[in-house]
Amino acid sequence: MMSLNLRTSAVRLAAAAALAMQMSAAHCEEASVTIDNFTFEPAQLTVKVGTTVTWTNRDDIPHTVVSAGQFRSKALDTDDKYSFTFTSAGDYKYFCSLHPHMVGLIKVE
Amino acid sequence: MSHNHNHVGDGVSRRKVLECMTWAGTGVLWTLAGGVPRSLGIVGSAQAAEASASALTFLQISDSHVGFDKAANPHALATLEEAIGKIKTLPAKPSFMIHTGDITHLSKASEFDDAERIISQSRLDVHYVPGEHDFIDEDIKLYRERYGRGTKGAGWYSFDANGVHFIGLVNVVDLKAGGLGNLGAEQLAWLADDLTGRSNSQPIVVFAHIPLWSVYPTWGWGTDDGARALDLLKSFGSVTVLNGHIHQVMQKVEGNVTFHTARSTAFLQPAPGTAPSPGPMKVADDKLRSLLGTASIIFKPGKERLAIIDTPLQG
Repeated sequence: MMSLNLRTSAVRLAAAAALAMQMSAAHCEEASVTIDNFTFEPAQLTVKVGTTVTWTNRDDIPHTVVSAGQFRSKALDTDDKYSFTFTSAGDYKYFCSLHPHMVGLIKVE
Repeated sequence: MSHNHNHVGDGVSRRKVLECMTWAGTGVLWTLAGGVPRSLGIVGSAQAAEASASALTFLQISDSHVGFDKAANPHALATLEEAIGKIKTLPAKPSFMIHTGDITHLSKASEFDDAERIISQSRLDVHYVPGEHDFIDEDIKLYRERYGRGTKGAGWYSFDANGVHFIGLVNVVDLKAGGLGNLGAEQLAWLADDLTGRSNSQPIVVFAHIPLWSVYPTWGWGTDDGARALDLLKSFGSVTVLNGHIHQVMQKVEGNVTFHTARSTAFLQPAPGTAPSPGPMKVADDKLRSLLGTASIIFKPGKERLAIIDTPLQG
């Protein structure tokens, strides 16, 4: 019984370590986009595969971040954030579904 | 409490116009006489009592943004309550009210509840159309549960009152990247059907959240397929389009169509192109309830139609 518990703990530890490594790897590849004055800034951003991009809404009005068929945030109130990790290369056009004149592009290489 | 009246082609009706142009601080009282809607009076004005017995009067409120608490107005619920308070004191009770959307700020159940609690104090039937802020709950169901009964699609419908045909449209759904407000093919087909067989002399009032006309596309203030809706309405002698969304009064007349946007009960937005963005605009506390004042009236020679742009009064 005890050895089984130990083994389980060891597996859990290994899993946690793997997760931590993954997280730290991802941590190296982060980028951010700010939503300010109904504008995505920068409007175009080039990142490497595996990068996590975080959008932060600085407006007093909610916005969304939506890329058709790819990702969709919920409505972000002031200072809310949304993150998406890009796992494959390509051009990801996105927009705010509430204010569709707001458009942006993430180029993943 | 200042008015500025700009008259284009000022004509014989000026006096009459002036009688009819005062404006509600927080709601707009409309009267329809001969199929030409006119803004009738400030809330609480004695003029409202002069509406003829056969005329239809109704109110428009818009953009209450219940739940908004940022600098531009930390008390959006309180200003809505003030607006409803003034409506309750009208000497002549309007037939009903329309709300042109953005009832809530974030589509929270508590926000819808607060809005309903306040607005129902008006003891008026309220015909709603949604704004984009009313469709952002996780399941996009709270607006429809409350106001969607008997409507089609995302919430469009029509009804008749005193011989006037009212059409509530939804142009805040399925918006396209890079685009503006959107009605969509299904709604346009419904509209065409709704208008089929109707006498061209019947006055039409269309209401929707985002302006159906291009106010300022750079800020998204327009509707991509709004022109297609207007095409369907072009044979009608009297068409009035009432919108919200831009939190300021704008009006124009084009042929038989009068376009008008109502003010918000919550906060001001800047005039097109005068700020980096259309975001909420902070004004001095003592100005919030007046939100400044210009008014213009356009009288087109040879036309009965009056176009009125007016500005709320303090209070």
